[in-house]
Amino acid sequence: MPPDEGRMATYDFIFDKLGLRDWCDGSGAGENGSSGPMSMADLLGQTTGDAVEVSAWDTPFPSLDNLHDACDAIPQSRDLTTGLESGFLNIKDSLKVVVDPLTQPLSWALNEMLWVMQAVPWWIMIPLLMLITYAVGRSLKLVGLVALCFGFLAFIDYYDYTMQTLAIIFVCAFICVLFGVPIGIAMSRSDRTQRVMIPILDMLQTLPPFVYLIPLIFLFSVTEPKLYGIAIILYAIVPVVRLTDLGIRLVDQDVIEAADAFGMTSRQKLFGVQIPLALPNIMAGVNQTIMMSLAMVVIASLVSAPGLGVLVLRGIRSLELGVGLLSGLGIVLLAIILDRVTKAALARINSSQPK
Amino acid sequence: MSDDIKIKIRNLYKIFGNDPEMALEHVKNGMGKTDLLAEHNHVLGLNNINVDMPAGKTTVIMGLSGSGKSTLIRHLNRLIDPTAGEVLVDGDDILSYSDKQLRDLRQHRMSMVFQKFALFPHRTVLENTGLAPSIEGKSKKRYEDEARKWLARVGLEGQGDQYPHQLSGGMQQRVGIARALTSNSDIMLMDEAFSALDPLIRTDMQNLLIELQAELQKTVVFITHDLDESLKLADHLVILKDGFIVQQGEPQHILLNPCDPYIEDFVSDINRARVLRVRSVMRRTTEEMGEISGEVDHDDNLESLIERSGGDTTNRYRVMKNGKQVGILEMTDLVRSLVPQGGSSDPEAARRAG
Repeated sequence: MPPDEGRMATYDFIFDKLGLRDWCDGSGAGENGSSGPMSMADLLGQTTGDAVEVSAWDTPFPSLDNLHDACDAIPQSRDLTTGLESGFLNIKDSLKVVVDPLTQPLSWALNEMLWVMQAVPWWIMIPLLMLITYAVGRSLKLVGLVALCFGFLAFIDYYDYTMQTLAIIFVCAFICVLFGVPIGIAMSRSDRTQRVMIPILDMLQTLPPFVYLIPLIFLFSVTEPKLYGIAIILYAIVPVVRLTDLGIRLVDQDVIEAADAFGMTSRQKLFGVQIPLALPNIMAGVNQTIMMSLAMVVIASLVSAPGLGVLVLRGIRSLELGVGLLSGLGIVLLAIILDRVTKAALARINSSQPK
Repeated sequence: MSDDIKIKIRNLYKIFGNDPEMALEHVKNGMGKTDLLAEHNHVLGLNNINVDMPAGKTTVIMGLSGSGKSTLIRHLNRLIDPTAGEVLVDGDDILSYSDKQLRDLRQHRMSMVFQKFALFPHRTVLENTGLAPSIEGKSKKRYEDEARKWLARVGLEGQGDQYPHQLSGGMQQRVGIARALTSNSDIMLMDEAFSALDPLIRTDMQNLLIELQAELQKTVVFITHDLDESLKLADHLVILKDGFIVQQGEPQHILLNPCDPYIEDFVSDINRARVLRVRSVMRRTTEEMGEISGEVDHDDNLESLIERSGGDTTNRYRVMKNGKQVGILEMTDLVRSLVPQGGSSDPEAARRAG
């Protein structure tokens, strides 16, 4: 007598009524019906020796597992996740052939930037960053803040970590802008593109960042910088795309009409009117993108991204409270600097063209 | 209208909605705006428009909001494409134009002035003024002199390096006009160009336009909802209502012979003495008459004549044109013409009828 005989499953009657019993037993029982791992309930049922009576109140939802009990041909939910996994592993190699060369420049860029930012001695690097700050923000107060923050971080020997984090953010934010602005422009020019892109952007924005990391680990080796580079870019590209689209759509229709009435081509309109007038919004998007790359660079230290995130991780892993707090403070300082500098740039653009 | 016609509009229809062709059939069979909206959910923008716009003159298209006047002017440079009909500019059907020809039309042959100015906020006044040459690809150096010339002509000398937001509304619209003039086009489209300005500045701008027009003789198409403004500026007046033309012609003629209660209603509220001219109320004769109190020009308005006569209704004037007598004006005729005809003494009654 097969072990299944004594067990009564709730949904047996469906398959009996539909006359599918043979199909169930035939395809399922022979191959993996009895050999598949048993659930806890099955085991319990076997130990008590008789079938568990199920009252109408406790009728289980017809889920994969419950249907599997009644009919072996139905897969268990466990098979779904393993199926996804093996499916991904199957396409992994062919996916890698395409994605690997495409993303290789990202690895190079990250490696080079990391090397440059650490190779340049501090007495050149810090003044250089101050100079960039002045060029962007035209504010000596801001330059002072930058000097103070980097001075502090270097003083507590976090200089190298800070430079690593900064290098990754520079590269990733630059690539976000490089791709995000054109995508945003495409969205603003076609309602259909916008309809397609918005759910994708929503997904990128709401998916927990750790979820990107899992398939990426399968796809690339953990030693490759592009692994965390891609994760950061996917996470941080959303605001710049959205705000570029919004900014261009918000440009005053009267002004666009005037541009048309004087015979501008659509290219002249885009570069001469729409982008300049959308610039405040685009810059707000760049600001958000930079802040989000900073947030992600900490998480990305789980997959070997260097920088301050590594220290945070060390703080968590070995419960070094001081290291965790100090590196957290470092990240906050970096965030303040990046935010203030990009906001200063935004304010300069705004003051040059008030509406 | 003996002059040559610059812009001809023939049987122009515009219907907004999903299936304008279907709705067009109904409209051609005589369905009105309200029925079309109620039964077929299409908006009738323009209904069988036929207008000839004389070259070098000002054509004013007047109507209340929703009458389709802004839609009509946008057909002239094809910011809106019609459902059916023809628009001929210098004899060319612009609806058959390719994109390139259309851009050429907009760059060189037609310019536009907007109600909300529509200046580029990120460019200086000078750069805004030089928009048309800059679109052609001319550098700032090459268009600068031309742009400064027109800025000076509209009274904005030395303001070239300001940004539009630093100017007042009236000054911004002067930039708008300078921008249109710098394109050196024959045709100027003005879409409620002065409606957003306060009354005093509006009068200034109207006078500026009249001056410029005397000097340059552009073909101006002017949109307004203000009858006083349209009577002041128009050589040819077109009155629109619900997308069709109620009456068109010389403004004096419309004022004296309103063909519709809607127009009577409009006309009843204005200062006729300021608008009517001697030639419209005089008796046409070249015969000498005895007892003449003086000579007046045929284009003087009645207000100036009343002032001259000191209110004496027994006077009689000789009407002169280019130094020759063209008619005789009795003051009694003048006084009679100041009262609207057609029993529209009660404006409220006319409004109800309209």
